[in-house]
Amino acid sequence: MSLEFDSKIHKTLADARLQQAIYTATGRFKDARLKVVAQDVLPEYQELRAQANALKKHTIDHLDHYLEQFQSQVEAHGGKVVFCQDAAAVADFVLTLAKERGARLIVKSKSMTTEEIDLNERLEHHGLEAVETDFGEYILQLARERPYHIVAPALHKTRYDVAEIFEQRLHIANETVIEKQAAIARAALREKFLAADIGISGANFLVADSGAVVIVENEGNARLATSAPRTHIAIAGIEKLIPRAQDLATFLKLLARSATGQPLSVYTSFLSGPRREGEIDGPDEFYVVLLDNGRTRLLENPARRQSLYCIRCGACLNACPVYRKIGGHSFPWVYSGPIGAILTPQFMGAAHEPGLPFASSLCGACAEVCPVKIDIPKVLLELRADAPHNRWESLAFRVFAWLMRHPRAYELAGRVAASLVSSEGVRWIRSAPGLLNFGPIRAWLAERDLPPPPAHTFRELWRRR
Amino acid sequence: MTSRETILQRVRAGLGRSAGQTVPDPPAVRIQVAEVDKETKIASLLARVEALAGRAVRAATPAEACEIVREVLGKRSAVASNAPYLEECGVTGLPGVRCGITDREELRKACAAADVGITSADYALADTGTLVMLSSPHEARLISLLPPTHVAVIPASRILSGLDELFTILPEPAAVTSSMVLITGPSRTADIEQILVRGVHGPGEITIVVVG
Ligand code: SF4
Repeated sequence: MSLEFDSKIHKTLADARLQQAIYTATGRFKDARLKVVAQDVLPEYQELRAQANALKKHTIDHLDHYLEQFQSQVEAHGGKVVFCQDAAAVADFVLTLAKERGARLIVKSKSMTTEEIDLNERLEHHGLEAVETDFGEYILQLARERPYHIVAPALHKTRYDVAEIFEQRLHIANETVIEKQAAIARAALREKFLAADIGISGANFLVADSGAVVIVENEGNARLATSAPRTHIAIAGIEKLIPRAQDLATFLKLLARSATGQPLSVYTSFLSGPRREGEIDGPDEFYVVLLDNGRTRLLENPARRQSLYCIRCGACLNACPVYRKIGGHSFPWVYSGPIGAILTPQFMGAAHEPGLPFASSLCGACAEVCPVKIDIPKVLLELRADAPHNRWESLAFRVFAWLMRHPRAYELAGRVAASLVSSEGVRWIRSAPGLLNFGPIRAWLAERDLPPPPAHTFRELWRRR
Repeated sequence: MTSRETILQRVRAGLGRSAGQTVPDPPAVRIQVAEVDKETKIASLLARVEALAGRAVRAATPAEACEIVREVLGKRSAVASNAPYLEECGVTGLPGVRCGITDREELRKACAAADVGITSADYALADTGTLVMLSSPHEARLISLLPPTHVAVIPASRILSGLDELFTILPEPAAVTSSMVLITGPSRTADIEQILVRGVHGPGEITIVVVG
């Protein structure tokens, strides 16, 4: 574990309000998902998962073919495809295009891929204004923070945090009503949408047989960003491909259900090329940027390749006992939770955060909820083989994993640890190698160091609520 | 070497494939169209839209649909799409309704100022309460997006059972339009404290009138 990773975990565990916020939000997502994938509501759920997995496997196994097909279809509809190897190449492309078009203002809809390449900072550095338009992302951009969760980026913010951010950044004082905060954002962003020269979006799916970009959202900001400006640029990882439009009958039934428990999100946009003759509105120019940024690196190993099946639903975060304790900002990169633990070291190279694959209890909850059936624990184990670590770490995590699978024992260990740290004779535990002196457990124990340990463990308190 | 070539080459090297190598057929499409009778579909659509906090009403005749729209509008200003069905219902003749716009800039200004956007829809999906809108000379994108209220008038015959039927009727949406949008309920966000707020960017109010 790096020191940074460690200290952020530490802070998160010490913040009672934050702990509560993470637990409540992920808990609601979990419950909502369970309701809509239940046997009596969606009897074909397991079949859909198997189909989604088979489709993703087939597409990634023949990715070169689908990339070429996608490109020729986009071009057939009058759009352009731009291949980019890394963050700098994407920024270069956008900057050059903006210059050619005399563009100054860019509206953006939520995209983890553009977070991954720090696109906003790169564009701002060159004097462009790039505005995030998703309500949560807008707040985070004002606060200069990165997303806390891949689906609910501002999950950690309360209305009071938002009020403070609005006061500092927009000079609007004392607005603590969420509806009114949303109305303020709506009004400010409406002007931006109507004035923007370029709209940048991500993509949930790229449809090879149609040359189409599919975007799923609830607010309408992605529709605005892709409909109002004259130029639309979609930026997506090369792994987002699916073979046919008809395969959306499988994927759309899984995505929103797994993410937020909705049968469908409010808006699903299927966009193929610039506006056509006779169409009254829509962009004149349509670009799709296909980003590698480390993705091709994980094709070689067939067991790890499945990491690229991910449709970014966030269900594995909500299901993960570790994410639910340590939160999104404890993770070293934009992707957090179980999917972050497997993507980060692979996209960035193991040297970046070698401890990350250990930040999991291997309890299997992530694999159980994954709509495309990625065997996340298996990939984690594969990646652990890459990382330099000592046997104590492995032991500690095996114990931690066992504790996580056995909540009663976890609770007991908490109580034992809480009573131990206050007594003189067992101070060695905190400095002992391995077992309890590791990652979340060490931080967790440390929280019970000074001031004196609470009379009730978190779990006890939680149950009482 | 261009970035395109580099990336394709890396992909092929990782997968152990060569350029132009054949590809087996993808797994068969999974589409199962449910047989649902007309009345059940209408009932399901109305119930789903209401459950999403939209409003859904049934009109026996086009003239009745027009009266419902008149009530929904009240004194508010509206922009209507060029869908022939709206004209058939007489909606485009209601007071305060602008229609027949074919210029992008004019449309954008009208939509930004209007209280209500009135459209038809190409299809609706019964099991999710969804409107399916294809961009065309008849339907612009911004009418169902910029005004704070969206009213859609559709004949009952356009209601499909769900996504599977949609992708059976329309296996390749890109062949007919640059933009197909599925609209399921009013615009919403729950980004802060998971408190639901409607109409954050798109319309916060939606009324669907099913005719027949
Ligand atoms: S790994 Fe699976 S569960 Fe996690 S975000 Fe990706 S698709 Fe969803």
